[in-house]
Amino acid sequence: MTTMTGTPAVTGAVGTAHTRVEGVAKVTGAARYAGEIPYAELAHGWLVLSTVARGRIRSVGADAVLAMPGVLSVLHHGNAPRVDTDYVGLLGKPDPTLAVFQNDQVPYLGWPVALVVAETSEQAREAAEALVVEYDEEPHDIAFAAGRDGTYTPEDSAVEKGDVEAELAASAVVLDAEYTTPEEHHTMLEPHAAMARWEDGRLEVVDSNQGTMWVANELAKLFSLDPASVRVRSEHVGGGFGSKGIRAHQVCAVMAATALQRPVRVVLTRRQMFSLTGYRSPTAQRVRLGADADGRLRAFAHEAQNLTSTVHEFVEPSANVGRAMYASDAHHSVNRVVRLDVPTPTFMRAPGEAPGSFAMECALDELAEKCGVDPIALRVRNEPDAGPVSGLPFSSRNLLACFDEGARRFGWADRDPRPGVRREGRWLLGTGVAAASFPSGAGPSTAAVTAEADGTFTVRINAADIGTGARTALTQIAADALQVETGRVRTRIADSDFGPAWIAGGSMGTRSWAWAVTAAAKDLREQLALGGTVPPEGITVRSDTSEALATLAQKERYSFGAQFAEAAVDVTTGEVRVRRMLGIFAAGRIVNPLTARSQLIGGMTWGLSMALHEEAVRDAASGGHVGADLAGYHVAANADVPLIEADWVEDADADDPVGIKGVGEIGIVGAAAAIANAVWHATGVRHRHLPIRPDRVLLGGAVAPAGAEGPDA
Amino acid sequence: MKEFGYQRVLDVPGAVALLGAEPDARYLGGGTNLVDLMKTGVERPGLLIDVRDLPLDRIEATEDGGLHIGATVTNSDLAAHPEVRRRYPALAQAVLAGASGQLRNMATVGGNLLQRTRCGYFTDTAKPCNKRVPGSGCPAIEGEHRNHAILGASAHCVATHPSDMGVALSAFDAVVTYETADGPGELPLSEFYLPVGDTPHLETALPAGALITGVTLPPAPVATVSRYRKVRERASYAFAIGSVAAALDVQDGTVRDVRLAFGAVASRPWRALTAERLLTGGPATAEAFAAAADAELAAAEALPDNGYKVTLMRNLVTAVLTELAEEAAR
Repeated sequence: MTTMTGTPAVTGAVGTAHTRVEGVAKVTGAARYAGEIPYAELAHGWLVLSTVARGRIRSVGADAVLAMPGVLSVLHHGNAPRVDTDYVGLLGKPDPTLAVFQNDQVPYLGWPVALVVAETSEQAREAAEALVVEYDEEPHDIAFAAGRDGTYTPEDSAVEKGDVEAELAASAVVLDAEYTTPEEHHTMLEPHAAMARWEDGRLEVVDSNQGTMWVANELAKLFSLDPASVRVRSEHVGGGFGSKGIRAHQVCAVMAATALQRPVRVVLTRRQMFSLTGYRSPTAQRVRLGADADGRLRAFAHEAQNLTSTVHEFVEPSANVGRAMYASDAHHSVNRVVRLDVPTPTFMRAPGEAPGSFAMECALDELAEKCGVDPIALRVRNEPDAGPVSGLPFSSRNLLACFDEGARRFGWADRDPRPGVRREGRWLLGTGVAAASFPSGAGPSTAAVTAEADGTFTVRINAADIGTGARTALTQIAADALQVETGRVRTRIADSDFGPAWIAGGSMGTRSWAWAVTAAAKDLREQLALGGTVPPEGITVRSDTSEALATLAQKERYSFGAQFAEAAVDVTTGEVRVRRMLGIFAAGRIVNPLTARSQLIGGMTWGLSMALHEEAVRDAASGGHVGADLAGYHVAANADVPLIEADWVEDADADDPVGIKGVGEIGIVGAAAAIANAVWHATGVRHRHLPIRPDRVLLGGAVAPAGAEGPDA
Repeated sequence: MKEFGYQRVLDVPGAVALLGAEPDARYLGGGTNLVDLMKTGVERPGLLIDVRDLPLDRIEATEDGGLHIGATVTNSDLAAHPEVRRRYPALAQAVLAGASGQLRNMATVGGNLLQRTRCGYFTDTAKPCNKRVPGSGCPAIEGEHRNHAILGASAHCVATHPSDMGVALSAFDAVVTYETADGPGELPLSEFYLPVGDTPHLETALPAGALITGVTLPPAPVATVSRYRKVRERASYAFAIGSVAAALDVQDGTVRDVRLAFGAVASRPWRALTAERLLTGGPATAEAFAAAADAELAAAEALPDNGYKVTLMRNLVTAVLTELAEEAAR
């Protein structure tokens, strides 16, 4: 076929490396972020957070602060507008943390107690820091531990098949081990920032988020507004990792803009982000595996626990990770929760799978050791034909292909399974492996594709590019569906006026949006093929994937991966350095190899960071963080990130129009376990508590290593 | 944040006079620590006196064969200086072990000595801290202290000094020179930092209003075979959890001269004089090195979560001195 301009048909953008379409704008600084876009008459809000972990606000000394230079207003529970939290949003009932300044109760340290608005950001900050808030303090409790009092089992959080206890009793080999992961934070580079203003009777919010319709709908419900009267945009986002949904700062900005009838921006500091934007709960997990002597699993039991706030339930579903992974005669998995005087945790970088895979994949490694079976062979032995619990077929399951390819490239066959026998100077060396999985899904989305009179095309979809490269991937997908060069396609995203679409979350963004874009673009191409001229306003075709998604067959839909790591450990100082990592993934069709590889490598780097560095520390006395900044909360620095390779095997999803599964989160899954298993292989000592800190390694030592005559011994 | 004045000064007497007239003022070097502390409200100066344009940016040989390092020499320039690398390699290594390239390009020698502890209670104005607010208490003792002091601390403060550079300077008997309104003065580094005692907010023996003008390193032939090794939680851009600056002169298996200083274990760079005395004239063996470390660390008082530092320092001293002894034997 030919397009209206007579250009020959073009396909093949999908699967070909493409630099980011907004790359030049980003590296030249032309791309503006929510915290830096100028507005006339902009006022600046600065949040004041509670300094006690539990109690009631006795007084807010607003008068003294209102006299300070530039101060326009102090919003607090005594004067803020009421909001409505009795609704069910995209991800359930809202966390009451959103409903700032609604009462005098303080449920954790870092709870918003006031917003100071001033002419400049500096004036607002100075006044906010001067604001005296008095509290009636109550005793707080932040002590997280497995099975502590108050632990409960939320509804629908347990899955059971067969009799785990009986199978454990009948097993030749039993592993029973406890693992913990600490409180972890998203720490994306760009802080949360939102500007709110009223324009021609509509509320306009310029934000940095993972879904503008998500934020717009929640704001409409909170403030009892007609959803059509709220517009949220979020053109560029410097990272999200699950933290950039609806948060206190947007709500505050809307309150202040409404009260002052002028634009108000609220930007969070790094420290404020530690208590206001969610985090991953610490977890305490127990894994029990029962196997025949050859490693065939008879029993699989995974009990996980996380904490949540006293005001909202969040379940970190760590125990879910095994439900689609390994065949076993009996299966029991459950997630438990305890409510403490802390902020509500939230979705973060593979919620559930990241901490859950650490425990499960380390346990598999320990079982392999006990059975005397190679860790990869153990996984092959327990590979299921269908969902181990559900019995549903897999849409595709190419985990073993990942292990095959990974083992070949990593040189796994040459590995000596004995721990603690490789030394290079002061370093003990080891290698480890782990499996990865992450659900593949799609959410209902709408898109509009316009054939412009000048021969170009405009795609409008309410997608979010949080650094993933989504804008570029969608440009490639639209170009292929339209059979034109990518240069003729303009993709506009992140504007709630474009209509509903799934968020950048759950590794579902690109798949969800691509489906809608493909549908509209194909319809448009067919229309254009009928001939005729394009009118000045263009021809627009819209799509909605709701119906198509509703008819998808029930299957176990997952991306899979195999993670390999080599670690060097100096047990005399406790230092652990990762030397190389290799991840091979079966994650559907890869739209843009360039950005997909970046996402996978980024995920693996987060896994490295989780294994060795990340840990937010709370002080029992105050209930708050100590060192809540990027100097205190360590993520992997460049020098920590070794040779990391990510690649993939053929795995197109036959049920998806483009074949996509999603690569957003799979990269972190299993990565920490592979490193922990490598540390064991290096030292002979199991480290079941993350991060694998120097003090833990030093005190853990090593099993009588060969080469004890080394220079440092 | 609080509004503040900013003034650039071009001569030392002018800088000292300006500070004398403005008790609320602070000298600004690279700003890599002070500006952070201003952002978090720990420091609230009314005036910043920018000393980076003072004529103190030279490294010069002294008549007796040592080096004088100007106070505004950047960390990057210090680490790259050929005479520093030749005569005091551990000093160059220590500087390069700190911070990041960008920070080292800004940070100055004078500022490095005066940087404040990174204790998470000190840097958070919402929390008590005897160093920041005398008498408010030290929550680190009962709280988070995994990277706090094991030597020379007190019931009032267990913070550590964060400098890598200072540890090497301490090993090489550096002397700090300064200027006051009453004229110049100097302080050996061993007397520069005050004991913690019950006054952790008083950190140095510098007279009020003094401006550090430089650091003098006396000649130290032993320093040519020297090493700085830093243990940290990640491979770069992290403060030490333990570090050692060491220099060793071995002849025929006997220690003729040795220098040893520890970092991240005390409120100041910790010169290990006890270990040095034990080692001098004795055998250069791993056993002797470990025994000397044990003797130095006998005074250690660990809290529940930082006891690992005793083992870490013992291992580190033994490893680094063994390495230097092997180097000397080659």
